[in-house]
Amino acid sequence: MRSEVREALIAKLTALADDEVILAHRNSEWTGYGPILEEDIALANIVQDELGHATLWYGLRKELDRSDPDQLAFFRDANEYRCCELVELPKGDWAFTMLRQYLFDLYEALWLEAAQHSTYKPLAEAAQKIIREERFHLQHTRAWVERLGLGTEESNRRVQQALDFQWGYAQQLFVPIPGEELLVAEGIVPDLLPIKARWLELATRHLQNADLKLPINPGYQPTSRAYHTEHLWSILAEMQSTARWEPEAKVW
Amino acid sequence: MTTLPDTKQVWEALARIPDPEIPVVNVVEMGIVREVQLEGPKAIISMTPTFSGCPALHLIREQLEETARSLGFAEVEVKTVLSPPWSTDWITSEAKERLRQYGIAPPKPTREQGALIELEAAPTRCPRCGSFNTSVKNTFGPTLCKAIHVCNDCKEPFESFKTV
Repeated sequence: MRSEVREALIAKLTALADDEVILAHRNSEWTGYGPILEEDIALANIVQDELGHATLWYGLRKELDRSDPDQLAFFRDANEYRCCELVELPKGDWAFTMLRQYLFDLYEALWLEAAQHSTYKPLAEAAQKIIREERFHLQHTRAWVERLGLGTEESNRRVQQALDFQWGYAQQLFVPIPGEELLVAEGIVPDLLPIKARWLELATRHLQNADLKLPINPGYQPTSRAYHTEHLWSILAEMQSTARWEPEAKVW
Repeated sequence: MTTLPDTKQVWEALARIPDPEIPVVNVVEMGIVREVQLEGPKAIISMTPTFSGCPALHLIREQLEETARSLGFAEVEVKTVLSPPWSTDWITSEAKERLRQYGIAPPKPTREQGALIELEAAPTRCPRCGSFNTSVKNTFGPTLCKAIHVCNDCKEPFESFKTV
């Protein structure tokens, strides 16, 4: 593999893994606070899956540059993280959390579906593995968006508010990282444009069926993954505190 | 000098390791162990993860290693392979029957799973009374691999192994 392609692939794998880690950690804030026991369990399951996916993505990066996944997750500063801003946003209410997870799940499922055909075998294999789990997430969060959208006036108001706020942020999922065009040209990762078209089509249909209105003005749309919201610093401070305090985890 | 066991004996020993989360089935019949290669004093065992975030994977890995060591292999390597991806089709039919007897509805053949974005699943058969008049209560159960249902006929809740 050419060195510039390799560098781009390392960056892409980092972005994929970082999205999963931050979203997982954000959603883990509901553990013990879910609205009902079943949902507490369901979201904790989804979190566990997303962390499993992050492990696979960091694992693929490790094969390329010998980096240590734990080191990447627990000892990098916010500036070095390459997650999108959507996953950093505070958890908000239940509608906010479910809508974000739905928008992300739909993107992830469609991306994985295309990535199964990657010319880079380890990535194709990981995508084939992960997609089997992802379908359950999408099934679940899609049902929640419907339930909230078609529920009471209050639940519809809340999920609509979340949609108005998140819609612009969600568009960042389809912004290529620097060098991604090299990976697309080599068939290593799928082109984001057709995935975005499909995502828009499915999300639009589903959200409208759930009695939600697509924002006319998408609001803030982040571009580079090198920039973050202020929230990333506090979530990392919390997530990394134990590891930074006791890096070898020898004292408990 | 003691002789080391052959491949068949290693497989038999590994088949005595119960699945940490569902002890009525073992890790071989679950399709978790993919390959056993013996090179003199070294044993190389390939395993494949069921769910990528499954917390039992670490334990399974350790138990595979320990078991091979207890058979006398000086060096043991446990490799993780992702391809072909594990699916519930890898679970043997005997193991599926044991899951059912244990009260966990076994997974269906994956060809009955439907397309990715097609989300209405066919009803799951109650492992107790055999009725198809059941509803899903939670796609996510006490472990990543299980969902929770209720039978509308015998009125009992039950778990199912997700079809993946």
